[in-house]
Amino acid sequence: MDIPYTVQTRPDTGIYNAKVGVWLFLASEVMLFGALFSSYILLRVGAATGTWPHGLLNIPIGTFNTAVLITSSVTVVLSWASLKLGNFGRYKLYQAITLLCALGFLGIKSYEYREKFSHYEVWLKTPVIVKHGTEEIKVDRLLGHIEHDGHHPFFWTTQTLTDKKVASFKLLPDPVHYTMTSKEMAHARAEAAGKPHEEIEIKSADVKRLSAFVPGHSTYFAVYFTLTALHALHVLCGAAVIFYIWGPGAKMWQTDPERYINRVEISGLFWHFVDLVWIFLFPVLYLL
Amino acid sequence: MSLKAFHVIFITAASILAFAFGVWMIRAYRAEGVTSDLVYGIASLLAGVGLLVYEGFFLKKLKNVSYL
Repeated sequence: MDIPYTVQTRPDTGIYNAKVGVWLFLASEVMLFGALFSSYILLRVGAATGTWPHGLLNIPIGTFNTAVLITSSVTVVLSWASLKLGNFGRYKLYQAITLLCALGFLGIKSYEYREKFSHYEVWLKTPVIVKHGTEEIKVDRLLGHIEHDGHHPFFWTTQTLTDKKVASFKLLPDPVHYTMTSKEMAHARAEAAGKPHEEIEIKSADVKRLSAFVPGHSTYFAVYFTLTALHALHVLCGAAVIFYIWGPGAKMWQTDPERYINRVEISGLFWHFVDLVWIFLFPVLYLL
Repeated sequence: MSLKAFHVIFITAASILAFAFGVWMIRAYRAEGVTSDLVYGIASLLAGVGLLVYEGFFLKKLKNVSYL
Protein backbone atom coordinates (compact mmCIF):
# COMPACT_ATOMS: atom_id res chain seq x y z
CA MET A 1 0.00 0.00 0.00
CA ASP A 2 1.32 3.42 -0.93
CA ILE A 3 1.39 6.25 1.58
CA PRO A 4 -0.64 9.05 -0.02
CA TYR A 5 0.67 12.55 -0.74
CA THR A 6 4.38 11.89 -0.15
CA VAL A 7 5.12 13.36 -3.56
CA GLN A 8 1.98 14.79 -5.12
CA THR A 9 0.36 17.78 -3.44
CA ARG A 10 -2.72 17.27 -1.34
CA PRO A 11 -5.69 19.16 -2.87
CA ASP A 12 -6.89 20.78 0.38
CA THR A 13 -3.49 22.03 1.65
CA GLY A 14 -1.74 22.52 -1.67
CA ILE A 15 1.47 20.87 -0.35
CA TYR A 16 2.63 17.30 0.32
CA ASN A 17 1.88 15.80 3.74
CA ALA A 18 5.38 15.75 5.21
CA LYS A 19 5.64 19.51 4.74
CA VAL A 20 2.42 20.07 6.70
CA GLY A 21 3.81 17.76 9.38
CA VAL A 22 7.16 19.48 9.71
CA TRP A 23 5.58 22.94 9.92
CA LEU A 24 3.24 21.77 12.68
CA PHE A 25 6.27 20.37 14.49
CA LEU A 26 8.21 23.61 13.99
CA ALA A 27 5.23 25.58 15.38
CA SER A 28 5.51 23.55 18.60
CA GLU A 29 9.25 24.24 18.63
CA VAL A 30 8.60 27.97 18.33
CA MET A 31 6.45 27.73 21.47
CA LEU A 32 9.19 25.83 23.33
CA PHE A 33 12.01 28.22 22.46
CA GLY A 34 9.67 31.24 22.68
CA ALA A 35 8.85 30.41 26.30
CA LEU A 36 12.53 30.08 27.19
CA PHE A 37 13.47 33.28 25.36
CA SER A 38 10.67 35.19 27.11
CA SER A 39 11.81 33.86 30.49
CA TYR A 40 15.38 34.95 29.80
CA ILE A 41 14.40 38.43 28.63
CA LEU A 42 12.09 39.04 31.60
CA LEU A 43 14.78 37.89 34.05
CA ARG A 44 17.38 40.04 32.28
CA VAL A 45 15.22 43.16 32.25
CA GLY A 46 14.12 42.60 35.87
CA ALA A 47 17.67 42.20 37.24
CA ALA A 48 19.03 45.04 39.37
CA THR A 49 21.81 47.09 37.75
CA GLY A 50 25.26 45.53 38.17
CA THR A 51 23.98 42.14 39.30
CA TRP A 52 23.50 40.43 35.92
CA PRO A 53 26.60 38.61 34.66
CA HIS A 54 27.75 39.96 31.31
CA GLY A 55 30.92 39.87 29.25
CA LEU A 56 31.70 36.30 30.36
CA LEU A 57 31.19 34.58 27.00
CA ASN A 58 33.76 34.44 24.24
CA ILE A 59 32.35 36.69 21.48
CA PRO A 60 34.90 35.72 18.76
CA ILE A 61 34.12 32.02 19.28
CA GLY A 62 30.38 32.70 19.30
CA THR A 63 30.73 34.75 16.10
CA PHE A 64 32.70 31.96 14.44
CA ASN A 65 30.06 29.41 15.42
CA THR A 66 27.36 31.70 13.97
CA ALA A 67 29.28 31.80 10.68
CA VAL A 68 29.57 27.98 10.76
CA LEU A 69 25.79 27.59 11.10
CA ILE A 70 25.02 30.16 8.39
CA THR A 71 27.40 28.26 6.07
CA SER A 72 25.62 25.00 6.89
CA SER A 73 22.25 26.52 5.94
CA VAL A 74 23.68 27.61 2.61
CA THR A 75 25.06 24.12 1.90
CA VAL A 76 21.74 22.50 2.91
CA VAL A 77 19.81 24.58 0.40
CA LEU A 78 22.47 24.11 -2.29
CA SER A 79 22.30 20.35 -1.79
CA TRP A 80 18.51 20.42 -2.22
CA ALA A 81 18.83 22.58 -5.34
CA SER A 82 21.46 20.15 -6.71
CA LEU A 83 19.04 17.25 -6.32
CA LYS A 84 16.32 19.21 -8.09
CA LEU A 85 18.75 19.61 -10.99
CA GLY A 86 19.47 15.87 -10.86
CA ASN A 87 23.08 16.27 -9.68
CA PHE A 88 23.38 13.60 -6.97
CA GLY A 89 27.17 13.91 -6.65
CA ARG A 90 26.96 17.64 -5.90
CA TYR A 91 24.20 16.94 -3.35
CA LYS A 92 26.44 14.44 -1.54
CA LEU A 93 29.28 16.96 -1.43
CA TYR A 94 27.17 19.84 -0.07
CA GLN A 95 25.53 17.68 2.59
CA ALA A 96 28.94 16.35 3.65
CA ILE A 97 29.96 19.98 4.24
CA THR A 98 26.72 20.50 6.21
CA LEU A 99 27.56 17.54 8.43
CA LEU A 100 31.10 18.81 8.96
CA CYS A 101 29.68 22.22 9.94
CA ALA A 102 27.32 20.52 12.43
CA LEU A 103 30.22 18.59 13.98
CA GLY A 104 32.33 21.75 14.01
CA PHE A 105 29.60 23.70 15.77
CA LEU A 106 29.18 20.99 18.43
CA GLY A 107 32.94 20.69 18.90
CA ILE A 108 33.34 24.43 19.42
CA LYS A 109 30.35 24.49 21.78
CA SER A 110 31.92 21.63 23.79
CA TYR A 111 35.15 23.63 24.05
CA GLU A 112 33.17 26.63 25.30
CA TYR A 113 31.40 24.48 27.89
CA ARG A 114 34.69 22.95 29.03
CA GLU A 115 36.14 26.42 29.52
CA LYS A 116 33.14 27.43 31.64
CA PHE A 117 33.33 24.32 33.83
CA SER A 118 36.87 25.22 34.93
CA HIS A 119 36.24 28.97 35.29
CA TYR A 120 35.26 30.10 38.78
CA GLU A 121 33.86 32.84 40.89
CA VAL A 122 35.11 33.07 44.47
CA TRP A 123 33.19 35.02 47.10
CA LEU A 124 35.50 35.90 50.01
CA LYS A 125 34.67 36.49 53.67
CA THR A 126 37.20 39.33 53.88
CA PRO A 127 38.37 41.49 50.95
CA VAL A 128 41.82 41.00 49.40
CA ILE A 129 43.99 43.44 47.49
CA VAL A 130 44.50 42.64 43.79
CA LYS A 131 46.20 44.46 40.95
CA HIS A 132 43.85 45.74 38.25
CA GLY A 133 46.23 47.11 35.64
CA THR A 134 48.44 49.55 37.51
CA GLU A 135 45.95 50.10 40.33
CA GLU A 136 45.62 48.06 43.49
CA ILE A 137 42.04 47.59 44.62
CA LYS A 138 40.19 45.75 47.38
CA VAL A 139 37.73 43.12 46.22
CA ASP A 140 35.64 40.41 47.88
CA ARG A 141 34.57 38.64 44.66
CA LEU A 142 36.99 37.31 42.08
CA LEU A 143 36.72 35.51 38.77
CA GLY A 144 39.43 33.22 37.47
CA HIS A 145 40.90 29.77 37.04
CA ILE A 146 41.89 27.61 39.99
CA GLU A 147 45.16 25.74 40.17
CA HIS A 148 45.53 22.92 42.66
CA ASP A 149 48.28 20.25 42.63
CA GLY A 150 49.23 21.31 39.10
CA HIS A 151 45.68 20.83 37.75
CA HIS A 152 42.83 23.15 36.76
CA PRO A 153 39.92 21.35 38.43
CA PHE A 154 36.37 21.19 37.05
CA PHE A 155 33.05 21.65 38.90
CA TRP A 156 34.49 22.54 42.31
CA THR A 157 32.11 24.01 44.86
CA THR A 158 32.45 25.28 48.42
CA GLN A 159 31.62 21.74 49.54
CA THR A 160 34.49 20.31 47.45
CA LEU A 161 37.00 22.31 49.52
CA THR A 162 35.71 20.55 52.67
CA ASP A 163 35.35 17.11 51.07
CA LYS A 164 38.85 17.12 49.57
CA LYS A 165 40.32 18.78 52.68
CA VAL A 166 41.81 21.57 50.58
CA ALA A 167 43.57 24.01 52.93
CA SER A 168 44.31 26.55 50.20
CA PHE A 169 44.41 26.91 46.41
CA LYS A 170 45.86 29.24 43.80
CA LEU A 171 43.60 31.52 41.78
CA LEU A 172 44.68 33.07 38.50
CA PRO A 173 42.33 36.05 38.58
CA ASP A 174 40.70 37.61 35.52
CA PRO A 175 41.34 41.33 35.15
CA VAL A 176 37.56 41.93 35.03
CA HIS A 177 34.39 41.24 36.97
CA TYR A 178 30.86 41.31 35.61
CA THR A 179 29.88 44.04 38.07
CA MET A 180 32.04 46.40 35.94
CA THR A 181 30.56 48.27 33.00
CA SER A 182 31.53 47.21 29.47
CA LYS A 183 33.81 50.24 29.23
CA GLU A 184 35.55 49.43 32.53
CA MET A 185 35.97 45.81 31.36
CA ALA A 186 37.54 46.87 28.06
CA HIS A 187 39.88 49.25 29.91
CA ALA A 188 40.90 46.57 32.45
CA ARG A 189 41.49 43.99 29.69
CA ALA A 190 43.63 46.45 27.71
CA GLU A 191 45.66 47.25 30.86
CA ALA A 192 46.23 43.57 31.63
CA ALA A 193 47.02 42.51 28.04
CA GLY A 194 50.46 40.93 27.67
CA LYS A 195 51.17 41.05 31.39
CA PRO A 196 51.60 37.79 33.33
CA HIS A 197 48.81 36.64 35.63
CA GLU A 198 49.50 37.35 39.25
CA GLU A 199 48.43 34.30 41.22
CA ILE A 200 46.64 34.68 44.53
CA GLU A 201 46.87 32.10 47.27
CA ILE A 202 43.42 31.72 48.83
CA LYS A 203 42.80 29.87 52.08
CA SER A 204 39.68 27.70 52.02
CA ALA A 205 38.71 29.12 55.42
CA ASP A 206 38.40 32.57 53.78
CA VAL A 207 36.00 31.34 51.07
CA LYS A 208 32.34 32.21 51.55
CA ARG A 209 31.24 30.60 48.29
CA LEU A 210 32.96 28.94 45.36
CA SER A 211 31.26 28.08 42.08
CA ALA A 212 32.34 27.25 38.55
CA PHE A 213 30.36 28.81 35.69
CA VAL A 214 27.72 26.08 35.86
CA PRO A 215 23.90 26.38 36.01
CA GLY A 216 24.09 26.64 39.82
CA HIS A 217 26.30 29.73 39.63
CA SER A 218 23.56 32.17 38.74
CA THR A 219 20.26 32.61 36.93
CA TYR A 220 22.19 33.80 33.90
CA PHE A 221 24.17 30.57 33.57
CA ALA A 222 21.08 28.46 34.35
CA VAL A 223 19.28 30.01 31.36
CA TYR A 224 22.45 30.03 29.23
CA PHE A 225 23.01 26.29 29.66
CA THR A 226 19.32 25.43 29.25
CA LEU A 227 19.00 27.35 25.99
CA THR A 228 22.34 26.42 24.44
CA ALA A 229 22.16 22.74 25.47
CA LEU A 230 18.62 22.45 24.08
CA HIS A 231 19.80 24.10 20.88
CA ALA A 232 22.85 21.79 20.68
CA LEU A 233 20.53 18.80 21.11
CA HIS A 234 18.53 20.06 18.12
CA VAL A 235 21.75 20.42 16.09
CA LEU A 236 22.70 16.84 17.01
CA CYS A 237 19.27 15.44 16.06
CA GLY A 238 19.17 17.47 12.83
CA ALA A 239 22.63 16.24 11.88
CA ALA A 240 21.58 12.63 12.62
CA VAL A 241 18.56 12.97 10.29
CA ILE A 242 20.63 14.61 7.54
CA PHE A 243 23.26 11.88 7.93
CA TYR A 244 20.66 9.12 7.62
CA ILE A 245 19.17 10.63 4.44
CA TRP A 246 22.67 11.29 3.05
CA GLY A 247 24.05 7.82 3.91
CA PRO A 248 21.90 4.71 4.45
CA GLY A 249 18.69 6.37 3.21
CA ALA A 250 20.22 7.50 -0.10
CA LYS A 251 19.03 4.29 -1.84
CA MET A 252 15.65 5.98 -2.27
CA TRP A 253 17.20 8.28 -4.89
CA GLN A 254 17.26 5.25 -7.24
CA THR A 255 13.70 4.06 -6.54
CA ASP A 256 11.71 7.20 -5.74
CA PRO A 257 13.72 10.36 -6.51
CA GLU A 258 10.86 12.86 -6.02
CA ARG A 259 10.11 11.52 -2.56
CA TYR A 260 13.84 11.59 -1.75
CA ILE A 261 14.06 15.27 -2.75
CA ASN A 262 11.10 15.98 -0.45
CA ARG A 263 12.88 14.24 2.43
CA VAL A 264 15.92 16.44 1.87
CA GLU A 265 13.67 19.51 1.83
CA ILE A 266 12.01 18.53 5.12
CA SER A 267 15.35 17.97 6.85
CA GLY A 268 16.49 21.30 5.39
CA LEU A 269 13.46 23.11 6.85
CA PHE A 270 14.25 21.70 10.30
CA TRP A 271 17.92 22.65 9.89
CA HIS A 272 16.99 26.22 8.95
CA PHE A 273 14.78 26.48 12.02
CA VAL A 274 17.65 25.33 14.26
CA ASP A 275 19.97 27.88 12.65
CA LEU A 276 17.37 30.64 12.95
CA VAL A 277 17.11 29.94 16.69
CA TRP A 278 20.87 30.49 16.96
CA ILE A 279 20.57 33.78 15.04
CA PHE A 280 18.39 34.98 17.95
CA LEU A 281 20.38 33.19 20.68
CA PHE A 282 23.75 34.67 19.76
CA PRO A 283 22.96 38.38 20.27
CA VAL A 284 20.73 37.74 23.30
CA LEU A 285 23.26 35.63 25.21
CA TYR A 286 26.61 36.91 23.96
CA LEU A 287 26.06 40.60 23.36
CA LEU A 288 23.32 41.96 25.64
CA MET B 1 6.34 27.41 2.84
CA SER B 2 9.15 25.77 0.85
CA LEU B 3 12.82 25.56 1.74
CA LYS B 4 13.42 28.32 -0.80
CA ALA B 5 11.13 30.77 1.06
CA PHE B 6 12.51 29.79 4.46
CA HIS B 7 16.06 30.20 3.18
CA VAL B 8 15.28 33.74 2.00
CA ILE B 9 13.88 34.59 5.45
CA PHE B 10 16.91 33.02 7.13
CA ILE B 11 19.47 34.85 5.01
CA THR B 12 17.60 38.14 5.57
CA ALA B 13 17.69 37.54 9.34
CA ALA B 14 21.38 36.61 9.17
CA SER B 15 22.23 39.76 7.22
CA ILE B 16 20.28 41.91 9.72
CA LEU B 17 22.30 40.25 12.51
CA ALA B 18 25.54 40.88 10.60
CA PHE B 19 24.73 44.59 10.12
CA ALA B 20 23.55 45.02 13.72
CA PHE B 21 26.63 43.23 15.07
CA GLY B 22 28.85 45.34 12.83
CA VAL B 23 27.32 48.59 14.08
CA TRP B 24 27.46 47.33 17.69
CA MET B 25 31.19 46.51 17.36
CA ILE B 26 32.04 49.81 15.69
CA ARG B 27 30.18 51.67 18.46
CA ALA B 28 32.14 49.60 21.01
CA TYR B 29 35.36 50.60 19.22
CA ARG B 30 34.41 54.27 19.31
CA ALA B 31 33.63 54.04 23.03
CA GLU B 32 36.50 51.82 24.16
CA GLY B 33 39.13 52.07 21.41
CA VAL B 34 39.89 48.34 21.15
CA THR B 35 41.23 47.69 17.62
CA SER B 36 39.88 44.13 17.37
CA ASP B 37 36.34 45.56 17.81
CA LEU B 38 36.87 47.68 14.70
CA VAL B 39 38.13 44.66 12.73
CA TYR B 40 35.12 42.57 13.81
CA GLY B 41 32.77 45.45 13.02
CA ILE B 42 34.07 45.95 9.49
CA ALA B 43 34.21 42.18 8.82
CA SER B 44 30.63 41.84 10.02
CA LEU B 45 29.36 44.67 7.81
CA LEU B 46 31.12 43.07 4.83
CA ALA B 47 29.56 39.71 5.73
CA GLY B 48 26.13 41.40 5.78
CA VAL B 49 26.71 42.77 2.27
CA GLY B 50 27.98 39.35 1.15
CA LEU B 51 24.84 37.66 2.45
CA LEU B 52 22.59 40.09 0.57
CA VAL B 53 24.56 39.54 -2.65
CA TYR B 54 24.25 35.78 -2.14
CA GLU B 55 20.49 36.16 -1.54
CA GLY B 56 20.12 37.95 -4.88
CA PHE B 57 22.13 35.21 -6.62
CA PHE B 58 20.07 32.51 -4.91
CA LEU B 59 16.73 34.05 -5.93
CA LYS B 60 17.91 34.39 -9.52
CA LYS B 61 19.12 30.78 -9.61
CA LEU B 62 15.91 29.31 -8.14
CA LYS B 63 13.37 31.60 -9.81
CA ASN B 64 11.45 28.61 -11.17
CA VAL B 65 11.04 26.93 -7.76
CA SER B 66 7.78 27.58 -5.84
CA TYR B 67 7.65 29.51 -2.54
CA LEU B 68 4.94 27.17 -1.26
